[in-house]
Amino acid sequence: MAKPFDRRSFMRLSAASLGAGALLRFMPFGSTANGMTLGNLLGSRNGEAPGPFSIVQLSDTHVGFQGPPDPLGTKAFERAVDAVNALNPQPDLILFTGDLTHDSEDPAEHAKRFAAFKAISGRLRVKKQMHVPGEHDAALDGGTLFREHFGETHYSFDHRGVHFVALDNVSAGKPIVGAEQIAWLKKDLARFPKTAPIVVFTHRPLFDLKPEWEWFTSDGDEVMNVLAPYDAVTVLYGHIHRLNHSTIGKSQHYAARSLIFAFPEPPAASTAEKKPLPFDKTQPFRNLGIREITGNSTRHTLSVNDVELTSRELSGTEGVQQILKTGDFL
Amino acid sequence: MNRFNKSLIPSLLTLLLAAASVVAQPETPARVIEISAKKFEFTPNVVTLKKDEPVTIHFTSTDRAHGLLVKEFKIDLDADVGKPADVTVTPHEAGSFAAICDHYCGSGHGNMKMTFVVE
Repeated sequence: MAKPFDRRSFMRLSAASLGAGALLRFMPFGSTANGMTLGNLLGSRNGEAPGPFSIVQLSDTHVGFQGPPDPLGTKAFERAVDAVNALNPQPDLILFTGDLTHDSEDPAEHAKRFAAFKAISGRLRVKKQMHVPGEHDAALDGGTLFREHFGETHYSFDHRGVHFVALDNVSAGKPIVGAEQIAWLKKDLARFPKTAPIVVFTHRPLFDLKPEWEWFTSDGDEVMNVLAPYDAVTVLYGHIHRLNHSTIGKSQHYAARSLIFAFPEPPAASTAEKKPLPFDKTQPFRNLGIREITGNSTRHTLSVNDVELTSRELSGTEGVQQILKTGDFL
Repeated sequence: MNRFNKSLIPSLLTLLLAAASVVAQPETPARVIEISAKKFEFTPNVVTLKKDEPVTIHFTSTDRAHGLLVKEFKIDLDADVGKPADVTVTPHEAGSFAAICDHYCGSGHGNMKMTFVVE
């Protein structure tokens, strides 16, 4: 059973997106005053600046997706795996925030895509990997295949003083968490004091980011009401294929980039068409970058710094022809 | 007295019937808009409404479960084959509003949408 938290166990959170996801570093109060800088992060890859606790978030790998607008197949996912494997020290755990696979009407084909996802994610040196489903994984079959591969679609666990909650807002077929899961969440959190650091990871945003593009959860308000009394809530999600940081009450919400085509900043018009960003052959991994998030040690808030990488190793600035030579697309 | 009362009876009956007819008179039914869904389209895909006019949306599906969501009008319907859904709404704001299918229906689901125009 998890030990209750007190204020002293608060974590300071800093994070950096690898473009392929987000690297989050949790640092106990009283450690380095300025938190993890970008230099620290890059240095840490050479073993120069180890952090006490970090996690990586990867999202929207869509294994099985083929064709335009992005011909890369699983190449970005594989590159992300290599990048994470090169981190030193290694993160404690990997969070996958949904759309691990691209759906298929044929359950056997979809099962193959789950197997292909596991073959690639199995190359990660970090073996503690936690998953939530996206609608492409679980909306057509109510989460049956997902459960066969990864277990329940919602659950919680504790890790080094942080309480992690996985929420499923896809497998009902609609963007909804549902009364049963909300009741479970309330019960799950009841044992913690209001100062407990909580990380929620889910697929869709829990607030109305762009409902006309289905970037919302219909009962997200009810979920946020349950989380509202807690002082240090961070929500990590995917689905929107682009970076986003929003503050809802006291909670901080971060979307990770996808590992397949990206979406643009949505226009304000309700009827604006939802179209992915065009694929750039000269920069096939153009949307890779580092997002650094440093915690405020007195207010428990996070500051975000997005940095676009120029490193060939992470940014993939070589042309698509070079990437094509490295293997077959799905 | 009796004669007076008797003479009033037809008038009273007329009044009562008139009152009853007022009470029983059904309100003018809202205009019905039929919207049908199939993967991955709505028919029609543009519907024009009048501001402040109540309309009933009758939503059907011809292949599988679909949703019809327009947050601005609080339209949130689900239909499946043989299971239509209805809602009566009154739009109070002019403009163009996107409606989406919010029940995941396959790979083309993300672009399944239509437009409500309120004039």
